[in-house]
Amino acid sequence: MSYVHLKNVTKRFGDVVAVNNLTMEIEKGECFSMLGPSGCGKTTTLRMIAGFEDLDEGEIAVGERVFSSSAKRYYLPPEKRDFGMVFQAFAVWPHLNVFDNVAFPLQIRNLSRADIAERAKLALRHTGLDKYERSYPNELSSGQKQRIALARAIAINPTVMLLDEPLSNLDPKLREEMRFEIKDLQRKFGFTIIFVTHDQSEAMALSDRILVMRDGVVQQVDSPINIYTKPANRFIFSFIGLSNFLPVVFRNGSAFIEGAEDAGPIAGTIPADRGNDRMLLACRPSEIDLQKDGGVRALVKRKVYLGDIIDYRVMVGDTEVRVQKSRRSPSFSEGESCCLRFSQMHWYPHEDS
Amino acid sequence: MIGRLLKRLSIAEVLLALSVLVLVVVVAVPVFLIFWTALFVDGSMNIDDIVKILSEPDTYEALKNSIVIAAGVTVCSTILGVFFAWLVSRTDLPFKNTMKLLFLVPFMLPSFIGALAWKMLLSPYSGYINKFLMNTFDLADPPFDIFTLWGIIAVETMYLFPFVFIQVSGALERMDPTLEESARISGAGLLTITRRITLPLMLPSIGAGALLVALYSLAHFGVPAILGNEVGIYIIPTKIYEKLHQSAGSFTAIRTGTILASILVISAGLILWAQSAILKSGRFQVIAGKSMRPMLLKLRGLKYPLLLVSVIYLAVTVLLPTATIFLVGGLKTYGLELTMENMTLDNLKYILFEWQMTKDSIWNSFYLSLAAAFVTMLVGTLISYVIVKMKIRGKFILEFLGVLPFSVPGTVIALGVILTWSGKFGINIYNTAWIIFVAYIARYMAFSLKSNSAALEQVHDSLEEAARACGATHWQALKDIVIPLIKPGMVAAFFLIFLPALRELTTSVLLYGPTTRTIGVAIYTLNEDGETVYAATLASVALVIIVIGHFLIKRVTRTSNEGV
Ligand SMILES: Nc1ncnc2c1ncn2[C@@H]1O[C@H](COP(=O)(O)OP(=O)(O)OP(=O)(O)O)[C@@H](O)[C@H]1O
Ligand SMILES: [Mg+2]
Repeated sequence: MSYVHLKNVTKRFGDVVAVNNLTMEIEKGECFSMLGPSGCGKTTTLRMIAGFEDLDEGEIAVGERVFSSSAKRYYLPPEKRDFGMVFQAFAVWPHLNVFDNVAFPLQIRNLSRADIAERAKLALRHTGLDKYERSYPNELSSGQKQRIALARAIAINPTVMLLDEPLSNLDPKLREEMRFEIKDLQRKFGFTIIFVTHDQSEAMALSDRILVMRDGVVQQVDSPINIYTKPANRFIFSFIGLSNFLPVVFRNGSAFIEGAEDAGPIAGTIPADRGNDRMLLACRPSEIDLQKDGGVRALVKRKVYLGDIIDYRVMVGDTEVRVQKSRRSPSFSEGESCCLRFSQMHWYPHEDS
Repeated sequence: MIGRLLKRLSIAEVLLALSVLVLVVVVAVPVFLIFWTALFVDGSMNIDDIVKILSEPDTYEALKNSIVIAAGVTVCSTILGVFFAWLVSRTDLPFKNTMKLLFLVPFMLPSFIGALAWKMLLSPYSGYINKFLMNTFDLADPPFDIFTLWGIIAVETMYLFPFVFIQVSGALERMDPTLEESARISGAGLLTITRRITLPLMLPSIGAGALLVALYSLAHFGVPAILGNEVGIYIIPTKIYEKLHQSAGSFTAIRTGTILASILVISAGLILWAQSAILKSGRFQVIAGKSMRPMLLKLRGLKYPLLLVSVIYLAVTVLLPTATIFLVGGLKTYGLELTMENMTLDNLKYILFEWQMTKDSIWNSFYLSLAAAFVTMLVGTLISYVIVKMKIRGKFILEFLGVLPFSVPGTVIALGVILTWSGKFGINIYNTAWIIFVAYIARYMAFSLKSNSAALEQVHDSLEEAARACGATHWQALKDIVIPLIKPGMVAAFFLIFLPALRELTTSVLLYGPTTRTIGVAIYTLNEDGETVYAATLASVALVIIVIGHFLIKRVTRTSNEGV
């Protein structure tokens, strides 16, 4: 039984359709990510769940209760939703010290002094801030500021935690550290996470399920591994990880790279539906094998060492293909000829057809 | 001989010496003389005398009124300014952007002209509104009396609240909206958020704006003079004026003046110090990051009522007084009904073409403002250049002197130049236009320094150094690189001085002679002499000039900015 429901939610800003007929179901205790390029409507969706934006169409419910409904013109105000929320720019209050920042939501709920102190301290302990209770935010680093925001959000023990790119203002090393901390906190407190990001590796690392969005429209909702290995369309394929898109023509039941038919056919299963005998072959640079012979003939144009992996640009006729191989696999040098085998192939309709 | 001396000094030293000299002569000596005269009698310090003068009923009363008025104006302006700022930047008020511009219009109306209009509307028996209300409702007594402390506070507030409005609406717009949203999601309602988050975060800006109002109100002459002098309500600047005028410059009068002026300087200094302390508290930096969509309060049913309140407020404080000035200025005699058949253009013809005194005043204001703006702009550029760009020993003297102009109120400057330039040092320019010119330079030096140093700080040192590295002399680098780059700042400084100087009253009212009235002084003295209609006619001319002036600035600063 899912917990947070969005039913046919649409939001417009003037002529811009920020969110278009979005339906999603989030389980209790799940870590659910919304992923997509800038301006695709992630923040807008999150803000509608939080109650900051009204809906133009649709309904949002949590548990059995309707929180926002455009048909009924009913909107539970944000302050009544009992969510935790963390913003990209930290949004810690500079005039309050760390303890007061974290205690604020508890004070609003008119808890007793002792209760407030106890729960605020618990939240501070879990975020590693117990030493800084009396400090002011401007005396702390950005990582610590984001921890204040997290502590403030978990202090009320919310059932749902909304995170809007909470890590993108942190430096890369800190970002990875905080990912684990958020995951740990979720394990301890058991809240549902709705996480917005445009960083695919962040979404992959944190989430149980990922929703990929583009221009306000849902593209796919699936587990991280399925999003990566079974992308529903070309957009997702290119958005998640590195990608090659190769135009392919079909001749006599075999597939050839367009304009390089004399380089030989592509080995492997060919899709049953072949469009107009032209399609796009999508594959990841790491899922192409470089061999001495057997496969599509190609020429190594450029070779770059990227630490543990080697990044090749090889030419099949006039088409450039990117291949990444481990340093330990057989190596080719620039100008050498080689053969390509595609191990994981995804087929998408050709752009022109 | 001088040529040889100049050759031995570096250009930097010459510029520094020149800057120090100007500030010493124009600002430091006058201020010093005021303190000196206040403290010393016949070369020995005399504290008893100071206490005695301050406890005289009329000086004591003026001090008290100053505090009451400054405090009242500050409190009222802060409430109004914060409320309107919040309305245009944190709610979904219709026509917000237009309203935001309109709330700055009260700045354009010189407050002493506003006071004049309110006097015509609300003086107990002859004010138009009072007469109207008494006739309509058959009242025995006039319902309003503008000649009170409250009247003065109300009129000053009308024209000073934009100081707070500008500060606070700017700060509200720059504030990160997620600071408020995170309070909301924490469970706080709008009232709680305003009280516990927004207001505390706005406090430095509110404080800065409020202190600006306090500073201005404390040193302001026009409104209390027009609304208070007739009924014996004096504040420090008007008391100084009264002392000097009634006793024709006797020593005791001057001494009382200098003591009151010293108090003004000290209060101004304290206020400025408090302001910079508040603004420095970096804890409150709340500049927004990426997403800048402030949480707007939906006014729902209150939307149009609140718009109406704002429009009515502006109509009452700006349109009504302006219209009154123009209508009364066209009357055949003061006191007539404001109807078409009582109107005439003869007044206008008379003050523009026939009456020497008013003709002189317009001409005086024009050339004095032009000359003062030009000279102050140039000198300000020089001083700012030395302060901002030069690395030279002894600069700290200049930095210290450079702060002075900011904390010296207009009345104090006037008194100071009288002490300095009426023969004490062998030069007597009292009663000539020169003394007003010198006073204007001192009065507006702060504007010039501010604008010029802002422009100079934008010019990176490396630009000048690159020119020197290419073989340019210091002078060539200045002429070809620095000056063209800071020209917009200089143009801005010019107009920042020219326009206020055109409507200046506080300083020139203490300095004018028989033929050196400025527009402000002429309007003021006409009103004082009971020539209310001519005062209004000249005030309408002044308003037209001011509006045209603002319009011209917009055009000129726009084109000069495009040039860069
Ligand atoms: N208050 C608003 N007024 C007008 N347009 C808006 C508003 N909020 C969002 N939009 C528009 O809606 C679209 C979606 O914006 P949204 O902020 O949800 O994107 P996002 O996916 O969060 O992007 P980012 O990764 O850059 O944060 C954008 O085109 C944006 O310009
Ligand atoms: Mg966003």
